[in-house]
Amino acid sequence: MAGKIATRGAYGKALVELAEKYPKLMVLDADLSKATMTKDFAAAYPERFFDCGIAENNMVGIAAGMAACGLKPFTNTFAIFAAGRCYEQVRNSIAYPHLNAVIVGSHGGISVGEDGATHQCTEDLALMRELPGMVVLNPCDGNEMRLAVEALMEYEGPAYLRLGRPAVETFTDELEHYSFQLGKGVTIAEGSDLTIVATGMMVNMARKARELLSAEGISVRVLDIHTIKPLDEELILKAARETGAIVTSEEASVIGGLGGAVAELLAENCPVPVIRHGVNDTFGRSGKAGDVLEYYGLTPEVLSEKCRKALAMKK
Amino acid sequence: MEKLYGNDLAVMAYKARLLAVEAVHRAASGHPGGSLSCADALTTLYFNEMNVDPERPNWEDRDRFVLSKGHCAPALYAVLALRGYFPVEELQMLRSIKAHLSGHPDMKYVPGVDMSTGSLGQGLSAAVGMALSAKIQGKRYRTYAICGDGEIAEGQIWEALMSAAKWDLDNLCVFIDVNGLQIDGATKDVMPTEPLDKKLEAFNWHVIKIDGHDFAQILAALSEARRTKGKPSVILMSTVKGKGVSFMENQAGWHGKAPNADEFAIAKAELEAKIKELEEN
Repeated sequence: MAGKIATRGAYGKALVELAEKYPKLMVLDADLSKATMTKDFAAAYPERFFDCGIAENNMVGIAAGMAACGLKPFTNTFAIFAAGRCYEQVRNSIAYPHLNAVIVGSHGGISVGEDGATHQCTEDLALMRELPGMVVLNPCDGNEMRLAVEALMEYEGPAYLRLGRPAVETFTDELEHYSFQLGKGVTIAEGSDLTIVATGMMVNMARKARELLSAEGISVRVLDIHTIKPLDEELILKAARETGAIVTSEEASVIGGLGGAVAELLAENCPVPVIRHGVNDTFGRSGKAGDVLEYYGLTPEVLSEKCRKALAMKK
Repeated sequence: MEKLYGNDLAVMAYKARLLAVEAVHRAASGHPGGSLSCADALTTLYFNEMNVDPERPNWEDRDRFVLSKGHCAPALYAVLALRGYFPVEELQMLRSIKAHLSGHPDMKYVPGVDMSTGSLGQGLSAAVGMALSAKIQGKRYRTYAICGDGEIAEGQIWEALMSAAKWDLDNLCVFIDVNGLQIDGATKDVMPTEPLDKKLEAFNWHVIKIDGHDFAQILAALSEARRTKGKPSVILMSTVKGKGVSFMENQAGWHGKAPNADEFAIAKAELEAKIKELEEN
């Protein structure tokens, strides 16, 4: 695959590619199909596409009704509306009855860029992770996204899938031993001094941080946690035991998301130093995506600093 | 099952009322007022209108029902039990930790419940999704829902109303239980909704206004809804909150309060007398 594609772009392609194989797939949107990239599905399968207008709460409820009737609805809007505005609809109409529906949050995190804080959702991973029985996915590149969408087609139950706005490098298709399985993390690179547990676009930044630290003689393991819930506890505990320090990295709040999940797991099972890298309890702001990421320290350089700190704590 | 009509429907509705009030009394919590106001519509749906089979609660071609005003679960559970979905005795385990009859309808555990509801404003959207699913799948089943007149202050209700009209869901029929009261008092004071008929017509729904305690009118309205093509139907039914229990009638205070032993004794006597009177007709 190589090259660059936004995970939302890969998602839109996957919907179209999988439509024939999965006839129960229905796609709902809330007047954002050009941004959420469901527009190609809408053009190819108009009888299976439902634009609910700017009424996200109702869209989630319609999906609940469809799922209760045996269809497989995917609702589409920005993450801030999917997980934020619709939190209680997702909780009571989808998660509580454990319905087979996928809540898709596009434009997750701060890399939304120019639209600014009202549209930059850093809380979605924490909000959705809190819901009993919810699967929470945050793929790192176009290849992983395609595999995640197909896995969700085969899965029965409520799920949240986060998409990103900017184009990101596709690399997982070129990794040896890469395979995708819901609920299973991927060891992207081996290492022995500490482990970066990353999700979404931060996985590739973790690879770059690993290179920076390698030049200093530090051996870093990198785990790709595309499924934040159910968390691959075995893989993370093994990394904690073998490397003795963990840095989590996510384009989301450090409160409650991947960092929260990993800290909870390790505190109860294998207490080692844990540093959480992400957005530090603050709202986003407008700017070009790259500038915003840099402003909030979501860079390989800052991630490397967090790693050095974790290493120091280990000693 | 033979469909019930007229007096037989009334007898069944009063039996459901008695079971619902008794269940709330035993649980010492629950919502009797609205359960009593929508009992006649619920009974008509399950004993006349809807194509359902209690032996196959998940039969895919069954008509669907969503109690959007989910707090009236005691009435729904009573009607479902009387219809044969589960033993009537189980009703006395309402809201008990030892059973699955939760305070609000739970589709995972209660046979016959098509959608989990309780958070007001959400059920109607699910009903729209069900009606839309029938159209998508080329199925002939119809979808019914009951909303409260207080519930419709929720913005999501109006989102759902718009969407049902957009997709011409003539296989969807919604009752609005206009009993005029909600927890904090009269609906006209808490959040005025009138003129409801004009608002719903403006939202491209076919509007039918009836007395919600007149079975002939309920049946005629359901028939009119079935004959109405190209748009969804809404039945605005005027009802009495607490209907059938003298001290509960038209009292907002009985929205979410359980009768104590003395109060239940009075309610039981009144409802049993009504059942006896109807059965002798």
